[in-house]
Amino acid sequence: MATGIAVRSRCNPLLGLPAQPIRRVLLACAAALVFGSAPALAQDPASPPAAEAPKAEPAKPDTTVVPILLARELRDEPLPLSLLDLPPKDLGVAGAKLAITDNNTTGRFMNQEFTLDTVEDSDPDKLIADVVKKVDEGQHFVLVDAAPATLLKMADALKGKEALLINYSAPDDSLREEDCRAQVLHTAPTRSMLADGLAQYLAWKKWPRWLLVLGPTEKDKLYADAIRRAAKRFGAKIVEERVFTYDTGNRRSDGGFEQVQQQIPTFTQGAPDHDIVIVADESSLFGDYLPYRTWEPRPVAGTAGLTAQSWHPAIELWGGTQFQNRFKRQSARDMRPIDYNAWLAARMIGEAASRTKSGKYADLVGYIKSPKFDIAGFKGVGLSLRNWNGQLRQPILITTPKLLVSVSPQQGFLHQFSELDTLGVDKPETKCRAYTQ
Amino acid sequence: MRFKVGIAALLGIASAFALPAPAALAYTAFVTNEKDNSVSVIDTEKMEVVNTFPVGQRPRGVILSKDGKWLIVCTSDDNIIQVYDTTTHKLVKTLPSGPDPELLVLHPSGNPLYVANEDDNLVTVVDIEQGKIINDIPVGVEPEGMGMSPDGKVLVNTSETTNMAHFIDTETHKTFDNVLVDSRPRVAMFNPKGDQLWVSSEIGGTVTVINPADRKIITKIHFEIPGITAEAIQPVGIRITPDGKTAFVALGPANRVAVVDTSTFKVIKYLLVGQRVWQLAFTPDGKKLLTTNGASNDVSVIDVDALKVIKSIRTGRYPWGVVVAPF
Repeated sequence: MATGIAVRSRCNPLLGLPAQPIRRVLLACAAALVFGSAPALAQDPASPPAAEAPKAEPAKPDTTVVPILLARELRDEPLPLSLLDLPPKDLGVAGAKLAITDNNTTGRFMNQEFTLDTVEDSDPDKLIADVVKKVDEGQHFVLVDAAPATLLKMADALKGKEALLINYSAPDDSLREEDCRAQVLHTAPTRSMLADGLAQYLAWKKWPRWLLVLGPTEKDKLYADAIRRAAKRFGAKIVEERVFTYDTGNRRSDGGFEQVQQQIPTFTQGAPDHDIVIVADESSLFGDYLPYRTWEPRPVAGTAGLTAQSWHPAIELWGGTQFQNRFKRQSARDMRPIDYNAWLAARMIGEAASRTKSGKYADLVGYIKSPKFDIAGFKGVGLSLRNWNGQLRQPILITTPKLLVSVSPQQGFLHQFSELDTLGVDKPETKCRAYTQ
Repeated sequence: MRFKVGIAALLGIASAFALPAPAALAYTAFVTNEKDNSVSVIDTEKMEVVNTFPVGQRPRGVILSKDGKWLIVCTSDDNIIQVYDTTTHKLVKTLPSGPDPELLVLHPSGNPLYVANEDDNLVTVVDIEQGKIINDIPVGVEPEGMGMSPDGKVLVNTSETTNMAHFIDTETHKTFDNVLVDSRPRVAMFNPKGDQLWVSSEIGGTVTVINPADRKIITKIHFEIPGITAEAIQPVGIRITPDGKTAFVALGPANRVAVVDTSTFKVIKYLLVGQRVWQLAFTPDGKKLLTTNGASNDVSVIDVDALKVIKSIRTGRYPWGVVVAPF
């Protein structure tokens, strides 16, 4: 099923318009980009309907069009506990759309135009078949949100073709290590990067004794693996591990808190002395029950409480305010980490196209994989690719649900090449062979 | 303003030769404190804060009117520009801007004012006498740096996410050329002769020097400091001495100001200043350079002839912009 979200942005407010209404036209134009023919942004009652935006014109003959494809496997996943955390329908896609708009603002000075086409399916084989077809039709850059197995199958189906995949959602270390692929890059940070970022902060805080609580799913086990590895690297001790096997039941019911209030203290009772509880619950099915309910008065970190993320909707450092505002104007919601990862992925293509002044697959991939490549991502330093496994190196944000607490790497964790490589699997440890072949 | 300063500095040097040991001149520096919503007033001779006065929310870019009577401040979170009297420190008036004004530059004639509005990809042209927006000029994503050619004919704006220096004709308000530079360009500065445009790239870690006549890149300056990772070297503020011979480049979290020879483009020296140094300003005689050090809440004073840091002055929290008045 190809949904083909229309972001072929031919909106050019610069051409042949008087100076005054430009701001209004820009707004209308943004609305047209986002909603197609839908009414203009609700937040701006004064702006005219999108129909007043300049009509889409065919690209100028000398314009290079760089198509970007977004492939999304629709997965049936349990919903998180909190109403605030329910996933928006356009999760990730919205970030890619914003990057297309940003790329096109630059593109109008470069005679380059970026388009976004989306394919979504719950059947991995159909999704892969769709992607292969689109690649054969000339869409060489594919942003992927899929289960690890699907991503690998997709990469193998595209082997030998002119296709670059950028994984913006899966945090699995295995995709960058033993299962790495030469044509797959990753903007999503790995579990080990997230765990190391958190561990560095806890080391700085001198909270070295951790009580690890993990859920029963495979993802939770992988997250717990990353936590154990981080504890070892940064001198922390896991005093005990407990698996949370209670059936949490339906996320919504009339009542519920009475029993949770009883359940969590007893679950955490009698643990050896610890400074903090680390919870591994990637689907947010029980982790958010832990803060303020533990037997001992201890903070909670991991997938709930103090979390390590690639992005946070409240971050305003490094010019982040404008970035957050642009996203909110476009999508009328907060930007989540997956949106940010997708934005980065589509921006990488845009950056490569403007640097190489080319839309050719070989030029863009050559540039992205070269040591010259770096990209600004509102994180205070340039983000670059690890040339041994295709992972984008980046600072990790340590956050509470409302605010940024810190940014890792923490000061004092040194590295001979880049301090960002103190987060996650470093070159000497990598099991990836395919990427550098 | 800058060019008037240049003349003043030359006169200053001339009189220094003519007169035996003249008393050093005291000037007044104004420093915007981004986090405190205030401006610190510094006596550059005593090198101490003599007053602090409250301004609007999130003050960042700051300049003086041509006659030196007005302090013009971007109060970014109020989406407005405030004008203060430089002697009484009282609010004179506010000027309209687009959303989130950050850096600004005045036409050498004294009017209009050009403002980079980070939030809507526009450079706004404001008549400061009438307090009216004259025009909006569309540029790249997140406009930031603003440079004005000495003859006032060319305005250069940098856009942080588009990574370009946009050349704008100040007569027609149209972009006539765009030069791609390294990631996140922050500041654009012409040399006094107007034959070099320096653009700093914060994330790229470089300064690109462009020939404004043909918009070709003359050179790209790289910085290397032992013991500092490349990622921490983030060029932002640029100032070029009135004689055009030496450039100073603030390197952000590297906590250093690089001193660059403008004919060889080689770094002569790195001066250790406070933490996260961003913006710079000369005293009108060109003898001192003030640096705003955001993360350590202070201003460093550099002796320009000796190339030494001679003082750090405590300011409000997160000092951002700085300008020095000729009195």
